[in-house]
Amino acid sequence: MKQAFIPAAAQLEFRDPTRVAALRQRLQALTADLDESITVMHVCGSHEQAIARFGLRSLFPPNLHVIMGPGCPVCVTDMPEVDEAVYLAQQGVTVVTFGDMFRVPGTVKSLAEAKAEGADVRIIYSPWEVVQIAHKQEGEVVFFATGFETTAVATAALVLAGPPKNLSILSSHKYIPPIMEIVAEMPHTEIQGFLAAGHAATITGWKIFERFVARHGIPVVIAGFEPLDILSALVQLVEIIRRGEQRVANAYPRCVEPEGNRNAQRALWKVFEPFSGVWRGIAYVPNGNLRLRPQYAWVDARERFDIRVSELLAGASPRLTQECICGNIMAGIATPRDCNLYGKECTPETPVGACMVSSEGTCKIWYEYGGHVVS
Amino acid sequence: MCLGVPGKVIEVNDIVATVDFWGVRRPVMLNIVDAPVEAGDYVLVHVGFAIRKIPPEDVEETLAFYDSLLRGDAEDLMSNDVRTEMQSSGEDT
Ligand code: SF4
Repeated sequence: MKQAFIPAAAQLEFRDPTRVAALRQRLQALTADLDESITVMHVCGSHEQAIARFGLRSLFPPNLHVIMGPGCPVCVTDMPEVDEAVYLAQQGVTVVTFGDMFRVPGTVKSLAEAKAEGADVRIIYSPWEVVQIAHKQEGEVVFFATGFETTAVATAALVLAGPPKNLSILSSHKYIPPIMEIVAEMPHTEIQGFLAAGHAATITGWKIFERFVARHGIPVVIAGFEPLDILSALVQLVEIIRRGEQRVANAYPRCVEPEGNRNAQRALWKVFEPFSGVWRGIAYVPNGNLRLRPQYAWVDARERFDIRVSELLAGASPRLTQECICGNIMAGIATPRDCNLYGKECTPETPVGACMVSSEGTCKIWYEYGGHVVS
Repeated sequence: MCLGVPGKVIEVNDIVATVDFWGVRRPVMLNIVDAPVEAGDYVLVHVGFAIRKIPPEDVEETLAFYDSLLRGDAEDLMSNDVRTEMQSSGEDT
């Protein structure tokens, strides 16, 4: 078991306590006379990490709820997508993926379990290493590519650079703006504002969220990852909500520009196109997935191989995974404490769901930073 | 993984830069970053690719935040994610 709960105060390492206190007071003043509480959602694992690590929730006024949305790319990778990678690994193909993906359960097993049974599964930190691996061997190498647009850009660069012949891509990349539309419209959510992830917006720019705001009337503020960045973004967001404005604000100007990194966007959209698919446990998301465009079919693992997932599933018995409520947590309608397995059957050592595997998953973040002590 | 990690460019060789992260040197790909990068610049790196050149006036503040994160113990999730990003450039040069 992890060490006991560390009081939030001990976690605080603010460089500017005076400004923190001022922002906290401002938040309190802005929420003091509200008739109803305000709920805002962020969509980034690193935001949840920072909020938990620095104990920020203890600084928020009680009627300001900051909930985590679908901000963990590994967690939203659907089980059948994991099954595809497992199937290929079992056919003798070298499957390469990010460390966070390795232990994520598929319908029948995870890649880690496939490896334990003799499959060749390797972990990399950068898509670039996949090329190095493919150069070193004759056999087929498949990059099981997960991550949001920020990571998909790197995969796109790899494809544009002309990968070796024995390398193909199994894309499970996801695209954030469409899922925000889905979550905003879900019947059980009442989200009055979104915090968007600063570094993803480095690539996309902040103007991309204007369409979302126009359609749903929910304001978006771009936030950085330092405690001060998050607090000041929240102050801006609550001010905007109070005034009833529907707009995007950039609370992270030192990193994010209106149009973003156009070079990266060009690479991304040259290689990928959006298509619709399921985000694990949450919903069918129109245009929420990224797949290779037809002109890159030659590097698409789904074109190169006949992936018969049904063979893998035949006779599979139900796993504990079915009790996992990760999807509800990422949709903002549950917290890890609502899960019966949290901290019992499901811990980082014995994860049942993806949210307990990934360092960006809410269950793991809460568990590691002391949220597992039921208060 | 949203976080990325800042590093100092030591040398540029076509589309690959050697970047110093707290004393650890790694190759970083430059085919995504949208500003010219040269030795002495700081870049924000995600999965082995520079995604942004950090403006000189923001370098100090950015590094200070990561300094504080890296002081976290070995089990700290955020420190770990940053350390993972630091390894994200494949083999040593
Ligand atoms: S605690 Fe485990 S089983 Fe429960 S929702 Fe989180 S990941 Fe799923």
